[in-house]
Amino acid sequence: MTQTAPIIEATNLDKFYGDFHALKDVNLTVHQGQKMVICGPSGSGKSTLIRCFNGLEWHNSGKLVIDGIEVHEHAKEIRELRQEVGMVFQQFNLFPHLTVLENLTIGPMKVRRIGQQEAEETARKYLDRVHIPEQANKYPSQLSGGQQQRVAIARSLCMETRIMLFDEPTSALDPEMINEVLDVMVELANTGMTMVVVTHEMGFARKVADTMVFMEDGRIVETSPPDQFFTNPSSERCRIFLDQILEH
Amino acid sequence: MSLTETPMLKGQALPERPAIQRFFGSVPVSVTIYLAVIGLIAWGSYTGAQNIGYNWQWYRIPQYLYSFTDDGFQPGELLIGLGATLQLSITAFVLASVLGLLVALLRLSGLVIGSAVAVGFLEFIRNIPLLVLLYLFYYVLGPIFGLDRYAASILTLAVFHSALISEILRAGINAVAQGQWEAAKSIGMTTSQTYRYIILPQSVRFMLPPMTGEVVHLIKSSAIVSVIAVAELTTFGRNIISDTYMSFEIWFTVAMVYMVVTLILSVGVSYLERRYDVDQ
Repeated sequence: MTQTAPIIEATNLDKFYGDFHALKDVNLTVHQGQKMVICGPSGSGKSTLIRCFNGLEWHNSGKLVIDGIEVHEHAKEIRELRQEVGMVFQQFNLFPHLTVLENLTIGPMKVRRIGQQEAEETARKYLDRVHIPEQANKYPSQLSGGQQQRVAIARSLCMETRIMLFDEPTSALDPEMINEVLDVMVELANTGMTMVVVTHEMGFARKVADTMVFMEDGRIVETSPPDQFFTNPSSERCRIFLDQILEH
Repeated sequence: MSLTETPMLKGQALPERPAIQRFFGSVPVSVTIYLAVIGLIAWGSYTGAQNIGYNWQWYRIPQYLYSFTDDGFQPGELLIGLGATLQLSITAFVLASVLGLLVALLRLSGLVIGSAVAVGFLEFIRNIPLLVLLYLFYYVLGPIFGLDRYAASILTLAVFHSALISEILRAGINAVAQGQWEAAKSIGMTTSQTYRYIILPQSVRFMLPPMTGEVVHLIKSSAIVSVIAVAELTTFGRNIISDTYMSFEIWFTVAMVYMVVTLILSVGVSYLERRYDVDQ
């Protein structure tokens, strides 16, 4: 892969929850257009790490620069940053009191101050892209889990984000709905979007990722291209983990 | 073996409720008991009143509620009093809600000074009797700030209920899932935008039932301002009694008027709640 400009640069990040050391000296660089998949056992700090990338959590020490902005708890630019960095949650977190269309337009209209008509046009464009244009006027509770998650992806895209973070986007889904969400993510990857995905869907990782990251116990244990990662991981712990999740 | 071939297990019949429970649980018996109790209370009050030589004059009551003249329908003193009570209660409730929201947001602000102020206010208001608060506003703050009795009453009710309302609002706000905050933040919303567009609209559902209770409570506790002679339902009732000595009839009537209003309110809101549920 040709190296593009770095868009996320984490240097020596440490994060504590009380006494619990959640991130230990994490160093990571994500380049523009890169597709990074982060995996690892639960409690290894994957979610915490990507939640730091849009200011839902704050690191306690180290340096985090995203899109040229140094991120810390008191950064004034944090809201501008969040508009550039989209986040898709495990539990979708759609706004249940708003229709699908309103879910997609409220951010652009209230945060970016875009007119309703333009916002709705954009919203319909992205609903098309996630293949559910016909659901625009329904409420989230009337949709299946897979559809809800695709709405959540569209909601982030409507902010015209430059980086998309996915925090276990398929973990809360029924098995038959996982693929419809992954398909949308693959298509998104093909548009050149920078993506950081926490997932255990290794089929997706093989198809899309250009960098695999394995985390354990708050540390990044291994960073390698997928061919090497899946066939010949350098760390023993990573090999065991892969054996466990690829068994069947 | 396919599902259809599964032998049906013959269930054992559940034991019946004991005969005595069945007897008291049946509708005719319940209604009879209910009517008997009501009748007993009515008979007791009536004979009791007879024994002290009370002269019942129910026929004089309707004129205090309404009358028909050449000009058509005329509200009686009690209805005018009810109007004043409702006006007082609504004004106080609006003020209490605004103040309550402010206190709730202070409490939730995460600022040490904010929650200290909010908790101090709450504990101060909750731990003095409403009547004493009214005296404070009327006899102490009244002269200082030039509050008349009407303003003092409204402020007393508003301040007292704002403490209770702020707790209802806080609970309603906290009942909205944390993920909603994160989702709103992740699309770049400010805290006030998140409250306005995301959190508060969703917490209405959680707040509606306790808020109704609070309005009912406020309408009832507004009767207390009659001690400083603010013109409202209870005061009017008292005035009529001092003119006519019909204390039994008037107090029964005043109680009924309060009951009718608060019952209508409760039924109306439970209808509203069902609609809100459908929309979700």
